[in-house]
Amino acid sequence: MTAAALRFDAIGKTFPGVKALDGISFTAHPGQVHALMGENGAGKSTLLKILGGAYIPSSGSVQIGAQVMAFKNAADSIASGVAVIHQELHLVPEMSVAENLFLGHLPTRLGVVNRGLLRQQALACLKGLADEIDPDEKLGRLSLGQRQLVEIAKALSRGANVIAFDEPTSSLSAREIDRLMAIIARLRDEGKVVLYVSHRMEEVFRICDAVTVFKDGRYVRTFEDMSSLTHDQLVTCMVGRDIQDIYDYRAREQGEVALKVDGLLGPGLREPISFQVRKGEILGLFGLVGAGRTELFRLLSGLERASAGSLALCGQALQLRSPRDAIAAGVLLCPEDRKKEGIIPLASVAENINISARAAHSTFGWLLRDGWEKGNADRQIQAMRVKTPNAAQKIMYLSGGNQQKAILGRWLSMPMKVLLLDEPTRGIDIGAKSEIYQIIHNLAASGIAVIVVSSDLMEVMGISDRILVLCEGALRGEQRREHATESNLLQLALPRGAAN
Amino acid sequence: MTTQPNALPSARKPLDMRALLDNWAMLLAAVGIFVLCALLIDNFLSPLNMRGLGLAISTVGIAACTMLFCLASGHFDLSVGSVIACAGVVAAIVMRDTDSVMLGIGAALLMGLMVGLINGIVIAKLRVNALITTLATMQIVRGLAYIFADGKAVGVSEEQFFVFGNGQLFGVPVPILITIVCFLFFGWLLNYTTYGRNTMAIGGNPEAALLAGVNVDRTKILIFAVHGLIGALAGVILASRMTSGQPMIGQGFELTVISACVLGGVSLSGGIGMIRHVIAGVLILAIIENAMNLKNIDTFYQYVIRGSILLLAVVIDRMKQR
Repeated sequence: MTAAALRFDAIGKTFPGVKALDGISFTAHPGQVHALMGENGAGKSTLLKILGGAYIPSSGSVQIGAQVMAFKNAADSIASGVAVIHQELHLVPEMSVAENLFLGHLPTRLGVVNRGLLRQQALACLKGLADEIDPDEKLGRLSLGQRQLVEIAKALSRGANVIAFDEPTSSLSAREIDRLMAIIARLRDEGKVVLYVSHRMEEVFRICDAVTVFKDGRYVRTFEDMSSLTHDQLVTCMVGRDIQDIYDYRAREQGEVALKVDGLLGPGLREPISFQVRKGEILGLFGLVGAGRTELFRLLSGLERASAGSLALCGQALQLRSPRDAIAAGVLLCPEDRKKEGIIPLASVAENINISARAAHSTFGWLLRDGWEKGNADRQIQAMRVKTPNAAQKIMYLSGGNQQKAILGRWLSMPMKVLLLDEPTRGIDIGAKSEIYQIIHNLAASGIAVIVVSSDLMEVMGISDRILVLCEGALRGEQRREHATESNLLQLALPRGAAN
Repeated sequence: MTTQPNALPSARKPLDMRALLDNWAMLLAAVGIFVLCALLIDNFLSPLNMRGLGLAISTVGIAACTMLFCLASGHFDLSVGSVIACAGVVAAIVMRDTDSVMLGIGAALLMGLMVGLINGIVIAKLRVNALITTLATMQIVRGLAYIFADGKAVGVSEEQFFVFGNGQLFGVPVPILITIVCFLFFGWLLNYTTYGRNTMAIGGNPEAALLAGVNVDRTKILIFAVHGLIGALAGVILASRMTSGQPMIGQGFELTVISACVLGGVSLSGGIGMIRHVIAGVLILAIIENAMNLKNIDTFYQYVIRGSILLLAVVIDRMKQR
């Protein structure tokens, strides 16, 4: 059973004041994995939303085979055999796996859910995809990777012939990624049309048979032959300019020890952790998902209390009872999940920048000074090169990269000693990434100690002076920049049992 | 990307128009309804009726100012109706026993502050849902009002006390003046102080506010404490107008206050709210009620109409957000 080709024909989509897509045309063939690449804001997600029926295109059409599709809503799209697997999965964590699989059309007998049949059908669905998942398990108890498999199983059970993945590996562990890749390869071999949106080059080269590149809502080109395509060619095509070295590493002078961590223990850490970071140093923290990187940051930022161990900042003992203590001491965190923990979406860019520093610049500590509020917001927007029509724009309308720059601006308004960056460039396009690396370098050069957590190995190796590797809640090793290689870092990061 | 890093094409004119409409639509609607009533209903503009309308706005208006802060921070407070009744009773009793107006008002305000503090501490520190917490204190405080008053109205004989409810300044009743001061003060507080901005941040995203260094717990406690205090102030004024503290008064008042805020455009889920929303909502509710009274519409129908208006307003709000 081979699916028909999926064709986008001169698709355009305008929002008030913005042309999100303009004349997008290309064909994805059955039996191929077709990658969509481009910087953030290039229009990939908008295109997937049109494919999934969430948006109606302003012009042009989607065609499957010879048939022109006019999806009015998600149900139309599903009925036509299209499935879009989003980054945020559309599943109900409180319900069982089986219920999630058949939500909306549960098998019933006289109006009552037929549990036996439901389980049977669910097992059949999961077979070959994720045999280890018990259909009666509550979905919320599964790992993120397993949930994604449930979503895929759901799509297949509805007879999907066109399957689109939106950044499917962004929160998966290495092993889960391997498994997903195998499943995608199988879908391809079964003759389905697979669209694959990702920022990760290595995955695109590993699994995809063709790549279409977007830029600023426009179609750039499609590469049908991956074997003659190089990494650099693809990046150049996406950015529209040559990028020699986006990390732009420069050696810096390092000062005295800024933060000393001694025997720190807390939730999510299995062994006491000790290390130090110097003024002007960029320290990378690498580890797989579940290694305890984010947990360590929660301790250092005062979100979680340490059960043992001590911290010293510039030689003085540091006690953290809340994030306020850390901020007052100059230990500042840019959290991993910008939307959930970083920005206040409904508030303006200026509000988001000024929120932390304003108390120190207000009369009596509470009466806002209009001059400072405006001045500081504009200053940081300029310095961080935040792209926004004005400071009053709601931050939710900015791209991820610009939101991140605004949060950096928030901290630059404060006296800073140590900057903690948790996945600083996740979901951010290459252009904005290199700007953020620049900012990180400049901060370090000005004498700030920077600790960067990242699951992007190239990034950690590209910007750090020194790299610590965590594995399963314990510190497993350290490499200086000159000695760090992909293989020796990965070797340290892999759990002992799984290293082969 | 060398020059003008901040230049982004912005369709300035049409966007501003839309924002303008979004921001001021409900206030314009209030004015429109007012004009309509003035044209269609006899006696609507008579000094006596205007005075009555102003007084009707005052109690809801004062309490709505601080309810705005509760809603903007993503919470709400159901206990305010009981606080109003209890404040009136406490003021009346203390004045009866001490003959001191200052002591009476002071005791009432202190009572409101305490209830607010308890609400705030339970919600912020013990992390109990605001609905349940204030539902409980609503009943406790109502019960206390009955107990203090022994189940019946407590009369006040101190002449000085009546100034708050029945006095006039330049021909304007004092309660209306106090309401206007509250609108101005809390509007200013919300926009020009760290307290106000932190309130909005907590409602917009509590986790981000915490990580940005906002003292989330303290701000929440302050929000509820101030709300308790201002609720008690509204209760004192009401008692002064009625020359007695009545334990049964203000039942369902909390829902009227929340309705007024939401009708004006304050978001129930937090992060959106301005004083002009509150003013618009309070005005619309009061004008319509006043018009219905002048037209002798049966109370039973008034409930149906009020509910329908609220439903319509929130549905329009949802559609706007699409």
